[in-house]
Formats: sequence, structure tokens, C-alpha cells
Amino acid sequence: MKFDTPATTNPIDQLRVIGQPVNRIDGPRKTTGTATYAYEWHDAAPNPAYGYIVGSAIAKGRINAIDLAAAKAAPGVLAIVTAENAGKLEKGSLNTAKLLGGPDIQHYHQAVAVVVAETFEQARAAAQLVRVDYASAQGAFDLAKLTDSAKPEKITGGPADTKVGDFAAAFAAAPVQLDATYTTPDEAHAMMEPHASMAAWDGDKLTLWTSNQMIAWNVADIAKTLAIPKEKVRLISPYIGGGFGGKLFPRADALLAALGARAAGRPVKVALQRPLMFNNTTHRPATIQRIRIGASKDGKITAIGHESWSGDLPGGQPDGAVSQTRLLYAGADRMTTTRLAVLDLPEANAMRAPGEATGMMALEIAIDEMAEKLGIDPVELRILNDTQVDPEKPERSFSQRRLIECLRTGAERFGWSKRSAAPGRVRDGRWLVGTGVAAAFRNNMLTKSAARVRLDSSGIVTVETDMTDIGTGSYTIIAQTAAEMMGVPIDKVVVRLGDSNFPVSAGSGGQWGGNNSTAGVYAACIKLREAVAQKLGFNSAEAAFADGQVKSGNRSVPLAEAAGDGELAAEDVIEYGDLAKKYQQSTFGAHFVEVGVDTATAEIRVRRMLAVCAAGRILNPKTARSQVIGAMTMGVGAALMEELVIDKRHGFFVNHDLAGYEVPVHADIPHQDVIFLDETDPMSSPMKAKGIAELGICGVAAAVANAIYNASGVRVRDYPITLDKLLDRLPEVG
Amino acid sequence: MDDMRSPGDFKFSRRDLLIVGAASLTAPAVAVTTEPFVAKAEVVLKPAVPGAPVMSKVSFNVNGKTRVLEVDTRTTLLDALRENLHFTGTKKGCDHGQCGACTVIVGGRRINACLTLAVMHEGESVTTIEGLGTPDNMHPMQAAFVKHDGYQCGYCTPGQICSAVAVLEEIKAGIPSHVSADLTAAPQFSAAELRERMSGNICRCAAYSNIVDAVTEVAGSKA
Amino acid sequence: MKSFTYERANSPAEAAAAAARTPRAKFIAGGTNLLDLMKLEIETPSHLIDVNRLALDKIEPTSEGGLRLGALVRNTELATDERVRRDYGLLSRALLAGASGQLRNKATTAGNLLQRTRCPYFYDTNQPCNKRQPGSGCSAIGGFSRQHAVIGASEACIATHPSDMAVAMCALDAVVETVRPDGATRNIPIAEFHRLPGDTPEIETTLASGELITAVTLPKPVGGKQIYRKVRDRASYAFALVSVAAIVQRDGSGRVALGGVAHKPWRVEAAEADLPRGAKAVTAKLLADARPTRENAFKLTLAERTLAAVLTEARG
Repeated sequence: MKFDTPATTNPIDQLRVIGQPVNRIDGPRKTTGTATYAYEWHDAAPNPAYGYIVGSAIAKGRINAIDLAAAKAAPGVLAIVTAENAGKLEKGSLNTAKLLGGPDIQHYHQAVAVVVAETFEQARAAAQLVRVDYASAQGAFDLAKLTDSAKPEKITGGPADTKVGDFAAAFAAAPVQLDATYTTPDEAHAMMEPHASMAAWDGDKLTLWTSNQMIAWNVADIAKTLAIPKEKVRLISPYIGGGFGGKLFPRADALLAALGARAAGRPVKVALQRPLMFNNTTHRPATIQRIRIGASKDGKITAIGHESWSGDLPGGQPDGAVSQTRLLYAGADRMTTTRLAVLDLPEANAMRAPGEATGMMALEIAIDEMAEKLGIDPVELRILNDTQVDPEKPERSFSQRRLIECLRTGAERFGWSKRSAAPGRVRDGRWLVGTGVAAAFRNNMLTKSAARVRLDSSGIVTVETDMTDIGTGSYTIIAQTAAEMMGVPIDKVVVRLGDSNFPVSAGSGGQWGGNNSTAGVYAACIKLREAVAQKLGFNSAEAAFADGQVKSGNRSVPLAEAAGDGELAAEDVIEYGDLAKKYQQSTFGAHFVEVGVDTATAEIRVRRMLAVCAAGRILNPKTARSQVIGAMTMGVGAALMEELVIDKRHGFFVNHDLAGYEVPVHADIPHQDVIFLDETDPMSSPMKAKGIAELGICGVAAAVANAIYNASGVRVRDYPITLDKLLDRLPEVG
Repeated sequence: MDDMRSPGDFKFSRRDLLIVGAASLTAPAVAVTTEPFVAKAEVVLKPAVPGAPVMSKVSFNVNGKTRVLEVDTRTTLLDALRENLHFTGTKKGCDHGQCGACTVIVGGRRINACLTLAVMHEGESVTTIEGLGTPDNMHPMQAAFVKHDGYQCGYCTPGQICSAVAVLEEIKAGIPSHVSADLTAAPQFSAAELRERMSGNICRCAAYSNIVDAVTEVAGSKA
Repeated sequence: MKSFTYERANSPAEAAAAAARTPRAKFIAGGTNLLDLMKLEIETPSHLIDVNRLALDKIEPTSEGGLRLGALVRNTELATDERVRRDYGLLSRALLAGASGQLRNKATTAGNLLQRTRCPYFYDTNQPCNKRQPGSGCSAIGGFSRQHAVIGASEACIATHPSDMAVAMCALDAVVETVRPDGATRNIPIAEFHRLPGDTPEIETTLASGELITAVTLPKPVGGKQIYRKVRDRASYAFALVSVAAIVQRDGSGRVALGGVAHKPWRVEAAEADLPRGAKAVTAKLLADARPTRENAFKLTLAERTLAAVLTEARG
């Protein structure tokens, strides 16, 4: 199905199942421990051997020699794979660094060997016996020292630089100016399930049970890496213990399980050990962002400039921190630039809302600073500078843009009017209390997605697509879509995901999964409805599907009858025309946060959080809300504690475990409120939905930062905002 | 005693390993011999070759059934459950006591199964997520997690649920917490108490707010 | 993890004897730190002596009016004991501020004292570390040192001791009871139990080889307001940046120990005389010889401000 004109009324609009807060259909399995994750397929591949990865001890250089003698002789060892004995391996097209290093080493903890043994204990012990002789080379590890040599590099969805009018002149002429530099650190996905894979070969055919967000991408890249045809690779990934962008591409577990299984001649499973994950896999890159805003005294932005620097390995890509600045606020004269430095740290790559997440961390503090300079309420300043068109291409309007309503609704619900604009004025016992606001913004991406739908003689509708559910609720919204379309209760729908034997979907990433994958299911269901109508002798344009019946006029036939003499199946793909070119499609929101700053210790604790989101049709308010609160929490982590600390002498992330890399725990997070504006976006898809999972993180950290400022009067521009950055600037204790 | 769960558990027996004599190591705590222990230990505890696995027999009760295992002494309770017994509901998130995904209830108390050895649990009783309920017959805590969407990816979920079940018992037993205002008074259930007590269970999807709602509902219905 | 043999000991003397007889043996109780380190081969015992079934899990009154805490009392039980909550609230508070509920259910009194540093370089076996591999160098010096010691450190090591419980015990003048392989017992004042790193950071306590902790004794209650204040970035389940254990009497006198600042709980009795004069005066003496790094100098301010808040709370 080609989606190239705005959606009109369709069966989804009935909202009998869609739009309802349906419990997750995978919930009973997940809560009883019976959902099968990648390392747990005991029945599918019995008697597996265990692989354990050896990571490089240096950040850059070469392996002079690897001595495997002791490891090979260790009890239980079946095989050891290194770059030397793995055979020829291509580099996948999606990764920047190779998954198996050697002789050249590209980053710390890059895999250099996998040791395969009878048991996990034996593999782990033998891995310690692998002796690697390295020749370490000097590397570049400090982004701040490389800003001058950094090169322009395009970002996802746009060029490196954009320019409208004469920014320099307009900024110079502006009566109120802000010129500030912000930094965000490297961050880790730190999903709870480590990257894990189980591999089994049947002749030249490889089956990988793995934990992966993008099935088709990974089939292609695994095949490319192993130099085998795609048809020889089967990926199975029905349950994924979190991804956040960290499981978009194949990682060392998948490749080394495959190589280990080939070498050992039996199934092998490999999970990345947690202390290896932080340097071995990808991370969100650190940024340095300079933001300049010029405004008239009445608060109209006249000039806005955003420059961003980030780093990655040679051939890598920059963080798109300037993305939202191209679209979020009005201003006639504007510029953005993106510069990429070459670093020898582990590979930088996508993490939840790549670009906007970091960009909004900076931009939305800058707006708060401007509001203060102007003496205008920060909610009002944002409203004042709203734009209904793409400010770089005013001929393009937004398909939907209700930022103002998000801000107004949130302000009212949060009690924003009671806020003291002057910082440091509110005390509650030992706490200095403050509130902060930030806009939320994340683009909506359209990408084709296919599904197959089958109807059997008992009236069960089965959906098959290689879509993944990384906690997002895909199972449930897909079931809701099929139930709505076919007119059956949700318990008559079976959803099967995460298998490369199924039609290729959008996959999970960039908050594109929900809208696109359900649109693909919609397309397949339209076809199935036609087949059913034809089979039952209805005019498909007139047939209504409801209550397990197909109806038209006075005639009503049970849906199941259509499959009475054999299953009916239909497959289709949703494909998009140029609506996304004609209209800018984005999602909007507003974050409101209250924090306490301890008067003595400067400990920062979040006390209240509210997000208001306008993101098209909300397919399931229960699971969508969960996505938003999860993103809000990750935003709190980014604001207050998350930082991969670089040892700039040796080029690695020092705090490479979950004790050292702190993410929020229960005690850090208060009750969270989320409001969805009632909205449909007919430009996005027949579902009229958009992404929601990443919108929730964009702006949160800045709202926290702004609340800290409001509480304490201390403005911190370097994340994470830890107590040591406030301590010297707080009043005396007493 | 039950047999071992699947033939896979016998994989060690094919290997040329010294098997630890059962006599000294399988006796339950109450029946520990008073004879000099050390002499016996010396007889049975030498590995065949340096570095070779030392195997030991251990039996403990999992979800109401006694399991007899022959494990490498290095095998954690977590790996014994997941790899030897195929109770994969208990998750390995970090293997270092930093995330709580492996939380199980042993002798009524929640612990991290990754930081304890299987052989240290001779004669003890372990409850895993599978022991609380099944998809068709969920424990009230499991049902509350579904109702309140107290999970997303599901990987930390079994640990959260085991922890939550134990937390309610801990409060009932009068165990104080870091946020209990009065140390000498009996702790009361509250959201703040719950958040502090559940902080050893990290949820990166961050269903925290919903988990608090789920556990609060169960706590209320219990009161 | 290297292979090891395993035995379960039946009495303290037997356990100590087994340790003396077996080279590279270790006792294991809760295991929450030892197994963590064994997985990374930072600890490589060839023999584990499981002491969990020794009858050392009682909390009993002493004839001096104090409490004798068995070495194997779990942190949860210790923090929950009514006598501890009533008379040694500081200790209960410190325990409850540490780790997680799951870990406190396993961790023992003795094991908590013996836990090793959380320095990330100690944990990364690719990196030099004098504590892990004597003579290899200290990576934290010149590296990431935000969490590290500001006082009492050496050129060889700037690690901190991670225990909260030990800080409270230090303020409470606890005494560690041990038995040696030859059966001899001794009492070690807590202040002398942990060592400063000096040239031998790998030696962290004054325990002799094979010496087994059997109990920790608390002197009779000293009353006063007892406050344990732990400061950390994350609200729970995190090690202290700085912690303050304080006992403050009505007359303003009292005791103070700091956590998170040194290789051992940090207490300078001479500084306590200044308690009535306030936090600045106390920390000036307590941290007089501090030599922080650029990254952890904030701990000096933080310690002073935290103590000030604690003293305010104690008076209020």
C-alpha cells in the first residue's frame, strides 16, 4: 500500500481496540519469567557450548602476537577464535569498528578472541589464559582538544551546516544576546539484558537467536561479515531485554557466537559480560555545543545559531545535536554547524533520540537563560517564538504542531504560575526547591514496513512481521491494530515478531517502530479484508468487520467462515510518498520538573515530573505512557548522573560497570505524570500516529537543569549536574 | 528427591572429572557431622589436574521440588538455575550484584543469585519467578505488574517481582530502611519506603513509577 | 574464575586451621564481594572455606553492657536488631545506607569489614594497580579520581574503603574479635583494624594469614544523638562520596568519623574536642593533612558542609 495522500476515515478511527489502554499481551510471559530471551533457548539448541569474549587491553595499536597455548590446554576448551584463525571477515556496513579486532586494534575492549568451552565457568577461566602481546599506539581521546581540527559531517536527515539570512549580523545587532557553551558527556545505553546470542549451524545455514532491534539490517550485516548469502542467515529475536539504540546493529556476541559455533561444530552461546559492554559496544557521543541567541527586548528571537562538535572513530558519524534547532523556534537569521573529530574511543552511535536528546539538553537551557535575560517567563518565551512552518524552509508547514498547547496544558496542570521566577527563594526543610520547564521535540520518521496476516478457521488472526518489541509494546499495538481492522477481540489475535522468516518491518529505532509497523499491519489487513469479503461474497468497500462478523446491509457472516475451507493469508507493505517532504513531521511536548537541592550537600533529588505530549494518535495510552516515563527517567539520568568517564591517558571509559556507571534507581524517581493531547496526524500514516518513545527524553534533562537553577541560583552548563558542580556556589550552611 | 530435570544436566558426567564424594557435602545443615571435617575434606576435594573443574554434588529445593545437581564449585546459584536447571526466568543482567535482575528468594529472603555459589545452598529452599505463578495462574504481584504496566522490556521484571514480594514481607517483619523516619518504630508501607527498598532492582526502561503503583496495590489488598 | 576446592567448616577454630593448612585459601561468608572479585580473577583463591554454618550469627549482650555481634550476623539482621536500633542507631543507619536489600540479606558483619575498594582501576585487570598487583603502579593517580581518598593516601594508592558500617563502628569504638589458626584469640580496636595504604596497599587490614573474625564487640551504649549521613549522586544503591558518622551529646561533645575520604574510616579524636565549635573547626583538624586531587577536592567542602548539617540536625 502506498501512502501518498493524507489519511481519511478508515477502520482504525473506530477506536474500539486502538487507543484503548490495553494490557500488554506479552505481559503474562514477561512477569512469569517464561518469555525467552536470546541466551535462553535451551529447547531450540540443546547442549550448547559457551563462548566468553576477550577484550582488547589497549585502545589503539596492534596485536604483536596472541599466545593461545595455555587457554587451549585449559579444561573443557573446544575452540578459540581470533582474527588470525577466523578466516576472511568483511566489516559490516552498519558498524564503524570491526566486531573482531586484530591485528589492528581500534578501541578498548574491542573483541580480540572468543574462547568456547563446555561450560560457562570453563570458558570464563580459559579466557583469562589468552595472552595477548600488544603494541600500543598514541590515540586521540580528548574532544575538547580537537575542536579546531574537526571536519563538517552530515547528520541523520540533513546536511552538516545550514544557514538562513545573515546570522552574524543579526546576532550582533540584537539587543539581548546569549552566547554560551554546553557540554554533554558520553553515555551508555546500559540496557538490562546484555547483548547475547546463540548460534547454530546446519551445514552452511546459520541460525542466530539474538537480542536485536533491527532484524533485516542484522541479517544483511551478519551475512556480509561472514561473506555468506543473506538467505543462509536466520535471525530470531522475539524478546529483547532493552536496546535504546545499542542493539541496532550486530555486535560481537552475534558474530563470535557464529564463528565459535562453526569452530566448535555445535551450538554456542555468548553474552557480553557486563564490564565489557561499555567499551566494547556503542555509546552516545559526548558533545560540545555553542549556542548563540539574539532577541529583541520583547523576546522575539531574531538570530539563533547552534554549533556542535562530537567525535567518533575514523569513518564514523557525528551526533546530530543541532537537529531541533533547525525546526523548533522562529528566527529569521539562523545557522547550524556540525563538526566531527576523529577519536580513538569506542564507537559512537545512536542512543535514544540521537541528536535531539543531546541537542535539547543544551538548547533548552539556553532558552531558559534567555528568558531570564529578557525577564520573560520561560513558558511564555517558548510560546512567543513558536513557528508553524519550518523556519529554514517556510514553504513547508508542520503536519501538526501543538507545542503551545503542550506548554499551556502543562503549566496549568503543574501549577507553574506559583513558581518564583527569582532563583533560590523556595525552601522546604533542608531542601532548596525549584521548578524548570523545557520543550520536547523529536522528528517523526517514516519508513516502509511489511506484515503478513492470516485468518484460520477458528477465527484466529495471526500477524507475522519481523518487527521487534524492545519493551515498546509492539506486540500489543500490533494486536490492537489487527483486532480493530478485522473486527475481532484482541484475544483472537496472535502476534509473532522478531523472526527473519517474517516480512521485513520498520524495526525498532528512532521512535519509528510504532507508527510504521502498525501501518504495515494495517496494509496487510486491508488486503486480508478484501480476500475475506471476496470469499464471503461481500463488496469489500461496503463490508464492515465487527464482533467477529462481516456485515453488509442485513447480511452478517462469522469472519471465521471465510477460512472454513482453508486459511486465508495476505501480505502487504506500507510505503510512503512525499508527504514527509511536503510537510515537516515532528512530535512535540513540554516537560515540567520540580527538584530539591540539599542546602548543605547540594544533593539533587527530583520531586515532581510532568510531561505533556502531542504525538499523533496514541495507539495505546498505557504502553505509550510507559515509554514516556521511561524516557523521562533516562533524561533524569542524563541530567544528574550518567557519564562515561574517559581516561584520557589510555583512551577508555573507566566506569565500565553498573556500579561505576550510575543510572537512576527507584529512589531517584518520583511519581510521574504524562498527558497526551488528543491528536491525529493524517500525514503520518493510515494509523495517524507518530513516534512517542523518544520524544519523552528530549528536553527532560534541561528541565531538570533549569529547575536546579531555579532552586539554587547555580547555572551549570556541563552535564551531568553533580553536587560538586554546585557546592562552592551554595550559601554557607547554618 | 526428584531426578534432574533434563538430560542436559548430565553433561558433566561424560567428562573426565573427579567427582566429589557426596557424604561430606550433601548433608543438610542440621545434620552436619561432628567428626573432624577437615580430614574428610582433604580426601574429597583435590582436583585431578591443576585448573580442572572441581565438581560437587549439591541438592536444594527450587519452587517446592528438590533438585540434585553435580556442579562445578564455581557455578553460581544463578547459573545453576539458568543453565543447569533451565529456570531462565531469573535473569543475568550484570553478574556482579549491581542490577538485581537475578533476585530470588532463598529461605524467605531476597538475594542476588549471581553473588552466591550453588554449593553454598545445600538443603536450602529457593523461590524463583517461576515459583510464584504461571501465565495462567499469576501471583497477585505478577498480575499487578501486568495491570499497571510495571515493566517494558521485561528483563529486570522477574527480579523486580521477586524483590517486591520479599519487600512486603520485610516491612511486615519490621525490618527498617534507610528512609524509615523512626528507627525504633515499626516501618509502615509508603511509596518512599518502597522506592528505597526496591532500589537494588534497576529498570533501565524505567517502569519505576508504574512498579510503585503495582506494589502499592498488592500491599493495599494484603492489609 | 579459577577453579577452587570447597569445604564447609563447622567451627571457627576448624575454619582457621583449614585456612592455615591450605595455601591460598579464603573464607567465604556472604560472598557478595569475594565472588564479584573472583569472577574477574582479582581474587584467585584455590580453596574456599565456607564459614556460613559456623554458629557466629548471634547478637549477645556483653558483661560490660555492650553487644557482641557475631561475625556472620547478616547486615539486615544487625540493622534490624532492636538493641542496635535503640542503643546504636548510628550502626543501624549506616548499614541501611549501604548496598541494596538483597546484598544486605547476604553480607555479614565480618565480610562488610573486609570488603575491598571500589576503585575502577582495581576492578580493571588490564590496568596497573598496586593493590591488585603490587609494584605495577597506581592508575588512579593522574586518572579518574573523583571517588578517591583525600587523606591518608600514598604514592602507591589513593583508594577508599567502601564500607558504611565500618565508619559507624569506628565512631562507636567497636572491637574486632578474631581467632588465629593456632587457636589464639585477640581483640583489635576498629581504628587499628584497617590500614592506610603506605607502600603496601595490598595489605588492607591487620589480620594475620588465616586469622578469622569471630565477632565485633560494641562497648556499652554512649547515648547522644546518633546520625549517619551518606552523600551520593544517586539516591540509593551507591557508594558514598562522603559520609559522616556522628554521635553528639547534649553538651555538644561527641565523636565524628568520615567515610569515603580515606583508605579506612577516618577518625581523629583530637579533632572531636572542637565539636562544640562547629564543623569548620572540626574538619580543619580532621582533614588537616588532606591532599586531594583536582577531581576530588570537593570532598573537603562536602565533608565540612555535611558535618555542619549533621551538627545542626543533632542540636535540633
